[in-house]
Amino acid sequence: MELKDKLVSSYVAFENRVETDSEVHEIRSRALQNFEALGFPTKKLEAWKYTSLNAVLKQDYSLFPNKENNIQLADVKKYFIHDIDAYKLVFIDGKYSSFLSETTHDTFDVCLMSSALVKPKYKAVIENYFDKIATKDNLTSLNTAFASEGAYIHIPKNVEVEKPIQIINFTTGSEAATLLQPRNLIVVEQNAHVQIIERNQSLTSNPVLTNSVTEVFAAKDATVDIYKIQNDAENASLVDNSYIEQKSKSIVSVHTFSFGGNITRNNLNFFQRGEHIDSILKGITIIEGKQHVDHHTLVHHIAPNCESHQDYKGIFDERATGVFNGKVIVEKEAQKTNAYQKNNNVLVSDKATINAKPQLEIFADDVKCSHGCTIGQLDEEALFYMQQRGIPKKEGKALLMYAFANTVLESVKIPEVKQRITQLIAKKLGVDIGFDL
Amino acid sequence: MLKIENLHASIEDKSILKGLSLEVKAGEVHAIMGPNGAGKSTLANIIAGKEEYEVTAGNIELDGEDIGELAPEERAHNGVFLSFQYPVEIPGVSVTNFIKTAINETRKAKGLEDMPAKDMLKMIREKSELLEIDRKFLSRSLNEGFSGGEKKRNEIFQMAMLAPKLAILDETDSGLDIDALRIVANGVNKLKSKDNAVIVITHYQRLLDYIVPDFVHVLHDGKIVKSGDASLALELEAKGYDWIKQELV
Ligand SMILES: Nc1ncnc2c1ncn2[C@@H]1O[C@H](COP(=O)(O)OP(=O)(O)O)[C@@H](O)[C@H]1O
Ligand SMILES: [Mg+2]
Repeated sequence: MELKDKLVSSYVAFENRVETDSEVHEIRSRALQNFEALGFPTKKLEAWKYTSLNAVLKQDYSLFPNKENNIQLADVKKYFIHDIDAYKLVFIDGKYSSFLSETTHDTFDVCLMSSALVKPKYKAVIENYFDKIATKDNLTSLNTAFASEGAYIHIPKNVEVEKPIQIINFTTGSEAATLLQPRNLIVVEQNAHVQIIERNQSLTSNPVLTNSVTEVFAAKDATVDIYKIQNDAENASLVDNSYIEQKSKSIVSVHTFSFGGNITRNNLNFFQRGEHIDSILKGITIIEGKQHVDHHTLVHHIAPNCESHQDYKGIFDERATGVFNGKVIVEKEAQKTNAYQKNNNVLVSDKATINAKPQLEIFADDVKCSHGCTIGQLDEEALFYMQQRGIPKKEGKALLMYAFANTVLESVKIPEVKQRITQLIAKKLGVDIGFDL
Repeated sequence: MLKIENLHASIEDKSILKGLSLEVKAGEVHAIMGPNGAGKSTLANIIAGKEEYEVTAGNIELDGEDIGELAPEERAHNGVFLSFQYPVEIPGVSVTNFIKTAINETRKAKGLEDMPAKDMLKMIREKSELLEIDRKFLSRSLNEGFSGGEKKRNEIFQMAMLAPKLAILDETDSGLDIDALRIVANGVNKLKSKDNAVIVITHYQRLLDYIVPDFVHVLHDGKIVKSGDASLALELEAKGYDWIKQELV
């Protein structure tokens, strides 16, 4: 059976299995109909022109792994940023692992979507925020239809969460192929602060497809920093659909580090509903082999006096392929917008490719919008210069690449995250140098 | 120390060096002069191991060993240093981190541990003082936005840090005002010893007032056409290169 049919026909059984509030039931049913009508994206769609899910969708995915799978902390510790104290929401094959997690209900909620969707205590927040900004497109609808588990984070007014929250999805490979659809909701009230680190990690070489949806609401004066670490196994593919709504004077940053996996597609959407908002979108992509990373970003400037900063760096070796599609919409009302977009790429091999496309739709006249896109090679003269000073070619290349990507790392606020990314880059480039530039 | 015999080299089928021989012994300073396009930088680059040049005949020995097959970094590890005529900009890598990496990679190649951070800092302080380099300068991206003079001074700073056996200075004097020239020359002179050697490539006599050569060679059309002592540089300055060219006819 085709995956689409399999999903649609499993829906009734799914609905019977999960407890649900009637309103959420409504949302899910509508989403299923939507997905049924739209189907999976194909290359015929402009937004999917350079990213094909065909091969990935051919797998016979197990939709709802039943087994409770346990993993030893010692085996997965390395995937946490373990040198910092953090809250943790850990899921194994889509199921919450209380053993590996560390949640809280003290002054704020770091807990589970599965409870939030059914418990009266959370009803108001769910009614106000669940599925309110997620686009009704094909894959988001699919996720919504089956939304049942994920992270639920609610930070009340004026609360500054003192340690980061790590959200990790492990896949054990206990099934031949696994489809995961985490659904996260992050609500950050007025003047609250939170930092979030996300990671999806497959522990075997069995195929995994993760289709995640995250909705983030940043109220007035809120600060939210999200770090996505995408360094998954060779057969693991990810479609990350993130939707962020910001109110006045809020600052939200998303850093996406894409170092591996099969196909990685990031749909990162910002909606600015208020003035003096700052949205920061940054990414480093370093891939090789036949890996594919696609960044589709959208910043919707709706109100005046807001800023957006995009800085994406890509390094592509061997036959790796990259896509950057950065869309900025500036509405007529959004005067004095300052929107800045930069996408710089290095093709290390002549077989690697990048498709980069800025898309600016500007309807206001008093704005500052800039975009720059470059595609280049490593500077051979610089490499010779470094070799002349005793730095071997491989290390020299690594140093050049690290320096190239470093503008993105500069804005990482958690030193341990920065350090981890630096180590991942060194490992990826096969060198043992410190890079403390 | 350095022995070059009958070196022929070309790039893209264009022959540039046409039978060049040169011997440099430890403790010596050699100056190579010659008109633009004579092949001076080519010679320097080939000694340093730049791969785009094709050596079609002849050989280069360092301390009796043929270095023709060695990678540029291996030659550097063996003590070859080239101060570039046009130092390359490396955005995002600070002067300090670059030189630290260079020193530690060189140590690694010799089976040594990284230099302790304290020693490194001390050496950086000493050598930057020697070349009158401001502390702030060291945290800037390597060569990015440096003036011509700053680039050259930074090259000699790196030379001081790496303490090479054979230093080749390719037009290190161009772009320097007289004060900077004195500082740079002083830096080079401080590093001179009976165990190392310097090749100074220059157009002008000026630098040779400060770094006094034991031998002066004139490179023309890919060959050394005349060699002499320091007075040859003065003669060239007075008569120009046409004099050499005419003599050759
Ligand atoms: N990378 C190169 N590609 C093509 N021609 C080159 C290259 N490097 C040097 N040449 C040529 O070789 C000749 C010698 O150049 P060069 O060694 O730079 O001279 P000098 O340093 O004495 O002024 C010149 O004619 C120059 O154009
Ligand atoms: Mg030259």
